[in-house]
Amino acid sequence: MHELSITQSMLEIVLKQAEKAKSKKVTKINLIIGEMTGVVSDSVQFYLDILTKDTIAEGAQVSFTLVPSQGKCRQCNQAFTLPEFDWTCPNCQGKIIDVTSGKELFVESIEVE
Amino acid sequence: MEIKVLKDILGANDQIAAKNRELMAKHEVFAVNIMASPGAGKTSVVLQTIRALKGKTRIGVIEGDIASSIDAETVAKEGVPVVQINTGGECHLESFQIQNALNNLPLPDIDLMLIENVGNLVCPAEFSIGEDLKVLIASVPEGDDKPYKYPLMFNTVDAIVLNKIDLLPYVKFDLDGFTKTVKTINPKVELFKVSCTTGEGIQPWAKWLQAQMKRK
Repeated sequence: MHELSITQSMLEIVLKQAEKAKSKKVTKINLIIGEMTGVVSDSVQFYLDILTKDTIAEGAQVSFTLVPSQGKCRQCNQAFTLPEFDWTCPNCQGKIIDVTSGKELFVESIEVE
Repeated sequence: MEIKVLKDILGANDQIAAKNRELMAKHEVFAVNIMASPGAGKTSVVLQTIRALKGKTRIGVIEGDIASSIDAETVAKEGVPVVQINTGGECHLESFQIQNALNNLPLPDIDLMLIENVGNLVCPAEFSIGEDLKVLIASVPEGDDKPYKYPLMFNTVDAIVLNKIDLLPYVKFDLDGFTKTVKTINPKVELFKVSCTTGEGIQPWAKWLQAQMKRK
């Protein structure tokens, strides 16, 4: 449900950048989304279609680069992809894991005409 | 043509959150963002905290709900200043709403601001509102598997208050398993086991909260 406010904030960034570059049309929006944020791509596209009506970003496509959830073991420094359940270090079976990626929420770039 | 942007989507929210933080720091207000699923006992924990710290700390409350002012009315009976925010459908509080609420509260007369977020374990985890502490209220009837299902929320918070422990004899809930999972997902987190019905465990929680305020 929070995709609405996320899409609104994203669109503000996109329109500001497009305006700065004096573009006439935004054709594509490239996003970097961490897996752990739970942002649903279909939902973002749905809200974007509504929110971009009568703006220069109308009809723009959204592309998602998903960043997998990664962690690092505090005991042995082993980096590994965090499984959905049971965050145990595959190297030393350590249980104390710091999250190093998976929380990203960025507009990476836009494509304009 | 491609334009590199690399901007945090929640940057605008974070900027206002920083302003909230600045404003509260100026008035020496310590803010706690209280998050939980609906019915876990956010308002009950707020009420118990007010009672436990009565005469020791001046408390203000911001209540966030999709609709209604039931919670604010309940809290107002305790004699503390309270503002109700109705998000009108949005599933979380954002920093601009807190900014408006702060403008309607007597900040010089408040030491501790308890901000009750909208009941939801997903979205509030992502929106900073200018708080000093993020606290999650979990509850026994919700089940011990919630940390696995909402890892971002359980990973983001500074403290977890497990409420309704008076129901442990009647509900299938693996307390040791829950504690282990929580510590795996968030090694730094403080875990408190309380019952707002019997009052068990409220004192250690209130004491810890006071200690956090002094540390700031």
